[in-house]
Amino acid sequence: MIDLGSREPANVAPPEEAEPERRRGVFRRLRESLSKSRQALQEEITASVFEKIDDETWELLEEALILADVGAPTTAAVVERLEHEVDSGAVPAEGEAIRDRLIEILAEVAATARAKIDLSAQPAVLMMVGVNGTGKTTTIGKIAWHLSKEFGLSVVMGAGDTYRAAAAEQLAEWADRAGAELVRGQEGADPGSVAYDAVSAAVARGADVVIVDTAGRLHTQDNLMEELAKVRRVIAKLIPEAPHETLISIDATTGQNGLRQAKVFSEAVAVDGVVITKLDGTAKGGIALAISSELGIPVKLIGVGEKLEDLRPFDPAEYAAALLAE
Amino acid sequence: MFDQLSDRLQSTLSDVRSRGKLSESDIDSAMRDIRLALLEADVNFKVVKAFTKTLKERCLGAEVMDSLDPGQQVVKIVKEELADLMGGTGAELAMASSGPTVILMAGLQGSGKTTACAKLAQYFKNQRKDVALAACDVYRPAAVDQLVTMGRRAGAHVYEKGTDADPVDIATWALDRAREERRDVLVIDTAGRLHIDQDLMKELSRIRDKTKPHDVLLVVDAMTGQDAVGVAESFAEAAEFDGVVMTKLDGDARGGAALSVKAVTGKPIMFASTGEKIGDFDRFHPDRMAQRILGMGDVLSLIEKAESQVDEKSAEELEEKLKKDQFTLEDFLTQMKQVRKMGPLSGILGMLPGMGAMKELRNANIDERQLDRTEAIILSMTPAERADPHLIKGRRRKRIADGSGTKVQEVRALVKQFDQMRVMMRSMANGKMPDPQKLMRMSGQVPKPKVRRR
Repeated sequence: MIDLGSREPANVAPPEEAEPERRRGVFRRLRESLSKSRQALQEEITASVFEKIDDETWELLEEALILADVGAPTTAAVVERLEHEVDSGAVPAEGEAIRDRLIEILAEVAATARAKIDLSAQPAVLMMVGVNGTGKTTTIGKIAWHLSKEFGLSVVMGAGDTYRAAAAEQLAEWADRAGAELVRGQEGADPGSVAYDAVSAAVARGADVVIVDTAGRLHTQDNLMEELAKVRRVIAKLIPEAPHETLISIDATTGQNGLRQAKVFSEAVAVDGVVITKLDGTAKGGIALAISSELGIPVKLIGVGEKLEDLRPFDPAEYAAALLAE
Repeated sequence: MFDQLSDRLQSTLSDVRSRGKLSESDIDSAMRDIRLALLEADVNFKVVKAFTKTLKERCLGAEVMDSLDPGQQVVKIVKEELADLMGGTGAELAMASSGPTVILMAGLQGSGKTTACAKLAQYFKNQRKDVALAACDVYRPAAVDQLVTMGRRAGAHVYEKGTDADPVDIATWALDRAREERRDVLVIDTAGRLHIDQDLMKELSRIRDKTKPHDVLLVVDAMTGQDAVGVAESFAEAAEFDGVVMTKLDGDARGGAALSVKAVTGKPIMFASTGEKIGDFDRFHPDRMAQRILGMGDVLSLIEKAESQVDEKSAEELEEKLKKDQFTLEDFLTQMKQVRKMGPLSGILGMLPGMGAMKELRNANIDERQLDRTEAIILSMTPAERADPHLIKGRRRKRIADGSGTKVQEVRALVKQFDQMRVMMRSMANGKMPDPQKLMRMSGQVPKPKVRRR
């Protein structure tokens, strides 16, 4: 999930035995959280759909994927490919086989080359961006907690959301829980200067990771996107390669607009990965597939609940399986 | 907002419009385009199916086929059906006959509830009502602080008991206080919740039962995808909401959620939140919105907005001045300030008929900071200079530039622009419409496209 570079052998010692246990937990949780969508898809997909493989089969599969917010272009591509493979005999025209192949294709679409979060630098700078209300601050809080409590890293948080009322207080609570240091400015202060202070504090103290929060903004507001680009430039003044990771949070309930969000934010600040939040609802978060297939931006983390351990690495195969499998 | 849906529908329909007679296959292909446009706009799949079916039936009916201008007829039907899908002519909030009107706000996390509460408070404040807010979101860190800060900005009283009290108790306590203190309106903010979180949904029902709100509003993010329907259905069950507040409509979300929610729950969209400022909040007019989607403009909303911000008398005076060619930079400054009170210029432009189709203008992202500079330049002029800009030459120009922190060239450009504008306005006041091309060129003179935030 996280590339810690040279720190890895020294600092990271998650108990090996605990890992499979936890991963099963992940599976279960993800399955549970996706069970509703699975039920819905299952109703469409099982029995009736595959009884007879004909045009209606493909239409119903398309409908199911559209309803999961996968979006028209990606849906069409996936179903076309599957249909082609069945027609050519590469995949047997039989329910079980088609479903298994569908899961494989979906997983392939969701998988992109580089999905690790790169925190190998010292200090590593992680910047969080996204539209209002997508869960940036909460995600940062959870990341900080994991880094500090599980990996024993020293974390500095920069309260770069100087706009929303009480955003810094919200982050302060998280910093408290995670035992991280919080650098904050006045409400309405320049977010660039808060980021600068946070990064220089981390450098001065030899901290391992700096996480910079930013105010939620709609990607259509050019001046706010420019402000974000400026925060990035300010950080790069202190550490030329920084921010090492820029993550965008996207709400799982988001429809096709998520694609625009990822694209526009990416143009402004070179986004390295996506965090899909609130996957514990009935929303299927199919936008994840659209983003990775159409933009090639990897989904790195998913949020499946409010608990600290509900922030999870994204596993394409697991995700596709949980979406469709029993 | 709804721009992309509007674009698609318009290109589909202008295609239909250009033909004299329509065949069934013409209608079919238009329906296919509309179907795809709606799906891309995140309108729920099932809603799309039903919608295009009704639409097709009507389009194939006698009213279109026998009409002299079938294309125009199709446009009319699409408009009517869209408006109908979004809730007919608009719904009103139920107000208490005596005592405080209680409004309960519910919604998913991050949909913008707390902000919507404050904006609603401001909305009532503008109607000279005494508004109070109840802070019942005790779960999200600092949610209470956010409501207190934003409520203060709206000039509303906030009832809060921190985060240790029970939300149901806070709500009933706040209601008692609101009654005692004779508030006109009490808006109850609740915790964001996932609609499948049974405990929180029960808590919401309990708050509802205890406070007997006159209105329950569901806050829905305009960017929500296919799941909007599921969310709305669950909330309809637990909170029996009466109407919807659509938030983040200022983005480029195609707003399909708005269409779906009404179609599935039958509950109207009552308010639309369209910006970062506390005043960016308006009644939602489905019929007008449908017109806007189709690029027919929203002149009624614009007029209402203007009426609320510009006072009649000064408007008349201005018209006189324009006719007599006595319009000065001083008047220009007043004018500019009044227009800016109506909100960001880009939003106002979207309401004008035909402007939606003018891509360049719509995307011009009028630079509000440039307007600040213009204001500064005028403010640095003496009254005599404002009355007669032709006085402004060499040293005066330099002084004004220094005083306003701008460049000499900018001062010169402003004076020149003002001259051009005066000519144009004179012809407008005398009943001639300006050439839109010319208007666009003038707006094109505004350098560096940018929009200001605060």
